[in-house]
Amino acid sequence: MPNSSGYRAVVSARNLTKRFGDFTAVDGISFEIPAGESFGLLGPNGAGKSTIMRMLGGVSRRTSGELEVMGLDPERQGPEVRAHLGVVPQQDNLDEELRVRDNLIIYGRYFGLPMSYLRPKSAELLEFAQLGDKAGARIGELSGGMKRRLTIARSLINDPGILLLDEPTTGLDPQARHVLWDRLFRLKERGTTLVLTTHYMDEAEQLCDRLIVVDRGRIMAGGSPAELIRAHSSREVLELRFGAGRNASAAGALAGLGERIEVLPDRILVYADDGEAVLGQAVARGLEPATSLVRRSSLEDVFLRLTGRSLID
Amino acid sequence: MTERSGDARPQRPAPAPLRPPSAAASAARARRWGTWYVAEHKLRGMRGYLGVIIAYSIGSPLMYLFAMGVGLASLVDSTSGARAFGGVTYLQFIVPALLVSTAVMAASEEFSYPVMSGFKWRRTYYGPLASPISPQQICQGHALAVAVRLLAQSVAYQAIVIAFGATGTRGWASPLVAVLAGLAFGLPMMAYAASIREDRGQFALVQRFVVVPLFLFSGTFFPLSTLPWFLQWIGWASPVWHATELGRVLGYGHVEPAWLSGLHLAYLLLLAGAGLLAARRTYARRLEA
Ligand SMILES: Nc1ncnc2c1ncn2[C@@H]1O[C@H](COP(=O)(O)OP(=O)(O)O)[C@@H](O)[C@H]1O
Ligand SMILES: [Mg+2]
Repeated sequence: MPNSSGYRAVVSARNLTKRFGDFTAVDGISFEIPAGESFGLLGPNGAGKSTIMRMLGGVSRRTSGELEVMGLDPERQGPEVRAHLGVVPQQDNLDEELRVRDNLIIYGRYFGLPMSYLRPKSAELLEFAQLGDKAGARIGELSGGMKRRLTIARSLINDPGILLLDEPTTGLDPQARHVLWDRLFRLKERGTTLVLTTHYMDEAEQLCDRLIVVDRGRIMAGGSPAELIRAHSSREVLELRFGAGRNASAAGALAGLGERIEVLPDRILVYADDGEAVLGQAVARGLEPATSLVRRSSLEDVFLRLTGRSLID
Repeated sequence: MTERSGDARPQRPAPAPLRPPSAAASAARARRWGTWYVAEHKLRGMRGYLGVIIAYSIGSPLMYLFAMGVGLASLVDSTSGARAFGGVTYLQFIVPALLVSTAVMAASEEFSYPVMSGFKWRRTYYGPLASPISPQQICQGHALAVAVRLLAQSVAYQAIVIAFGATGTRGWASPLVAVLAGLAFGLPMMAYAASIREDRGQFALVQRFVVVPLFLFSGTFFPLSTLPWFLQWIGWASPVWHATELGRVLGYGHVEPAWLSGLHLAYLLLLAGAGLLAARRTYARRLEA
């Protein structure tokens, strides 16, 4: 549906709310996603990300608010909405009784797709997921990363316009994550709209054009990763470690340096536009950190600033 | 320099990108055929344990038939004579009963752990749930696949007992009754299984205290009327008894009033129908929480 600024939103949520009993998991969330965008929901465990994703697919009933996906109401026109979607759930649910290729083909049948389409399409998708040589393998023989790639291949069987990815790389090793990110980049280049949830700030920075930071079912902030960092953090961060028990007293001595100081259990973060300069000032005050590191601000810092907590506990 | 052969060859046109039918067409097909797609999936999965299915649903009743119908029968037929079993041999008497009991036992398996597995252990229901398929279709598809299995095993059993002359060919419709019995017991069981969140051995209890008593006290091995009156209610409530009696009418012309046959059929249909409705609702509630 075209909105005031003229673009076509493929997803639009207004005051989306979900309660389980008297617990509010999603608390009045509003956002719009234009076609072709890569949109992220960044937040810690329990923030309500998966619940939002399930409402998008019409497999969880909203308590109140409005929701449109491809101009349709997912609750009333679930099959029509889901025919547009590819879904990569948080937990893999591949069928272990079927071989790798059959997982794609059988899944494709659910979209009413004919075998004449599914046979070549499954081969194409297995190549895309770098599983071409595993077509006849059992699911149990695949590594975690391969299963995740197969789940992504499966979600693409109907050539969806919108791909919902719920924590696509949680639990994978760094190598496997990079392979997966690369595949998602390619989809994005082809114009697929990506909606992904994550509690990894590096993933959000890598993949998302725009994101909302969600905590306890509410939107804390929204924008592109760069905008969020600019709005909610300094350019650089100085990380200082003084060793067990000495952080608190060191923090006192650092008072007034940089724009803001966060004392974490294991380290002190000093937010400043020039980290090196602040480090020089700290040393001039006679402080001797065990280690020091200057880095650019990240979404983790944004989250810490907005909620006072870190993303991963 | 020699010319590379590849350069001379005309370029093959790039294959047209594979495009599926429109999303609207997908959704329309799923609305119409979804139950069948789910059943197709489940039946493919069953191929993985086909050997177990054959042993369990054809081998096992034949073993009973041999032990009871041949071994025990020589004793029973010579002492009480055919009168006790309505004018037929003991073997003829238990052939329809084992057909029905086996279907009910297979149903009690297929509608217990596999249901739990779909929701919880393997989460196989959540795959189709993300496609245009509805929770109700997931429920019905599972049931349909089991019905197909029950029909296949019942037809195979019936063909074997006919081939060995243990019953006449007039009982050709008995497999349908067996499928109905399986669903009459199985669909309420499915609704119950779908409501279980934690496995605390409930299925083993059902097996021991519901399925086995139904097997023993439903006129399977002896007429219900030989039981003391305070145990006969088990038979009246039991889909196994109603279906077995129908099977006997179909199989060897056991005589009973037509209204009673009608009652058997109505009772089985009622249980199956109510079970399906309850199961559909439980699936929808749980999958669309
Ligand atoms: N079916 C449910 N019943 C009750 N509470 C639920 C249910 N699903 C999720 N929740 C609760 O809602 C909150 C948000 O869950 P979820 O959306 O899974 O968060 P996230 O994906 O961000 O980790 C959590 O506190 C979770 O326990
Ligand atoms: Mg989640």
